[in-house]
Amino acid sequence: MMDFLSTLISGLSLGSIYALIALGYTMVYGIAKMLNFAHGDVIMVGAFAVITSVSMLGLSPVLSILISIVCCVVLGVSIERIAYKPLRKSPPLAVLITAIGVSYFLQSLALLIFGSTQHSFPKIINMPAIELGELTIRGNMLITLVITTAIMAGMSIFINKSKTGKAMRAVSEDRDAAELMGISVNRTITITFAIGSALAAVAGLFYGTTYGFIGPYTGSMPGIKAFVAAVFGGIGSMPGAMLGGILLGVIENLSKRYISTELSDAIVFAVLIIVLMVKPTGLLGKKINEKV
Amino acid sequence: MKKIFAIALAAMMITVMFAGCGNSGSDDASFVIGGVGPLTGDYATYGISVKQGAELAVKEINEAGGINGVPVELLFEDDQVDAEMAVNAYNKLMDDGMDVSLGAVTSGACIAVSEKANEDGILMLTPSGSQVECIQYPNGFRICFGDPEQGVNAAKFLANNNVAKKIAIIYDKSNDYSNGIKETFVSVAPEYGLEIVSEQAFTNQSNTDFSVQLQTIAGTDAELIFLPIYAQEAAYILTQAQSMGMEHIFFGGDGMDGIVEKIGADNVSATDGLLFLTPFDTQADEQNIKFTADYQAAYNAIPDQFAGDGYDAIYTIKAAAEHANVKPGDADFNEKIIAAMTEITVDGTTGTMTWSADGAPEKAAAVVVLQDGVATPYTAK
Repeated sequence: MMDFLSTLISGLSLGSIYALIALGYTMVYGIAKMLNFAHGDVIMVGAFAVITSVSMLGLSPVLSILISIVCCVVLGVSIERIAYKPLRKSPPLAVLITAIGVSYFLQSLALLIFGSTQHSFPKIINMPAIELGELTIRGNMLITLVITTAIMAGMSIFINKSKTGKAMRAVSEDRDAAELMGISVNRTITITFAIGSALAAVAGLFYGTTYGFIGPYTGSMPGIKAFVAAVFGGIGSMPGAMLGGILLGVIENLSKRYISTELSDAIVFAVLIIVLMVKPTGLLGKKINEKV
Repeated sequence: MKKIFAIALAAMMITVMFAGCGNSGSDDASFVIGGVGPLTGDYATYGISVKQGAELAVKEINEAGGINGVPVELLFEDDQVDAEMAVNAYNKLMDDGMDVSLGAVTSGACIAVSEKANEDGILMLTPSGSQVECIQYPNGFRICFGDPEQGVNAAKFLANNNVAKKIAIIYDKSNDYSNGIKETFVSVAPEYGLEIVSEQAFTNQSNTDFSVQLQTIAGTDAELIFLPIYAQEAAYILTQAQSMGMEHIFFGGDGMDGIVEKIGADNVSATDGLLFLTPFDTQADEQNIKFTADYQAAYNAIPDQFAGDGYDAIYTIKAAAEHANVKPGDADFNEKIIAAMTEITVDGTTGTMTWSADGAPEKAAAVVVLQDGVATPYTAK
């Protein structure tokens, strides 16, 4: 039982990191109608920003987290301006290929600057393991879980209550109508990229503190998993991304524990296929009727 | 315009012709030793260590007059642990007039190279290719222990020193080196009174998150966790185990070399008490102390086992050539130097070695323990 609980908790912690990344994917898809495959690599950039400012420049953890978030926001917004904005009227395939190109660009840039070795991530969250009877919970997993839950709750309130959130929902529903209502589509898309990238920076921070090491390709696997989580929950739906991310993390860890450590990824993808067969729009995705 | 083009083309062809001449002159004025290994990528530390160890030996030999009066030239190519790149690098070295091959630094690449070296019939002495198939041909020899030998040595050590009886294993199922050690270890464990309580695998697709494997082991009564894996993955495991508050003994094979650099200064406390098998100890005897000092002076780094392997490989080639009394270009150079391998005894930095015809070295294994990032020989409590 304790065994099950501790596996569940580490799964929730992993899943909440996936959920943070998946939020970025799903928001950008919902509003800009594109798959931003470079999103996973923004995580890596965020994590390297923390490593550089703490280990090399000797800045305080709080300051370095802020620097990392600012770096990612600037990066996300510039990627959108330079690579995606000129292609807004192009076919989706062109935008998709551009996104893959940006992803390779970021990986290679990190490879050039930081080399191919894995860099150890500074221990900026120092929390000892907590023991509840027989149950041991890693301190940083607990922090990851608490903070990501808070961020996700905050995001839900922001999207549903604030004016900007309303504008984002409007653009996602009907871009042309939103523009006619006086909403600046470009500004809304920029804000979406900024928020998504800030979430990626936070995800990078938690990924680094949980697993300890960062390399140029660190972002790609969590990026793919988070994309799967977004599709799993229903791409374009924010609660879907959160649910998808958390379920994915839990399924991955439980199958590692009880079925096979080698097959866990295969099981995750098998579950995705089954869900998509039963519900093609994902768990919480809305069915959109194409206008003929 | 056409004329200029034609002249340029002709000039290029002539240059190529001369270039060809220069290269194919394996002019026997030098004893060319060629090595292949990862100099970039995740496993670069292994290749760089072997290369630097070998360079140091070559420098010393040349200062003392070369091998049988012939100066030694070391050529080293990058393979990024890729078998195909290793074969290409080997072919390039052959074009550059290689007389003896150091095979490749990692097992998979070395097996590919061993096929080619067998076709060419030259002596292949791998410093660190530990898989059985690396030396499957009569011309193949190695400096390091083979994977099955390491599995046996590991079990022997744990039993003889009474370190632990209940063992858990975490191994890399996608890696031959790891599988090789693990399989032998598991099969000989009962003979030594060791009980395997848990076997946990991972693959190169899932080598960052070990929380589930560690939790599973924490739920058993294992006293020691055996890690027959490379240092990068071990770095993940040790830091995660530390943050989970696990207090097991960790024990690894020679792939654990370089763990202190990999894990970084922030996490070095996670390696305290880590035991690993290595035939190389920087302070073992006078030869090793001198080697360590020279290596540090030349490369500003503490030599690891791979550096010792590279250094010993060059001296072994020298010993074999001198025993057979041959120089590159002599008739039957390859046959004589290969035959000499089983007749020599080399007192190297990784132990005193003799070779059997199957190519495996006979030498003693030592276990070191890490404390504050420094390895010292293990002493039984």
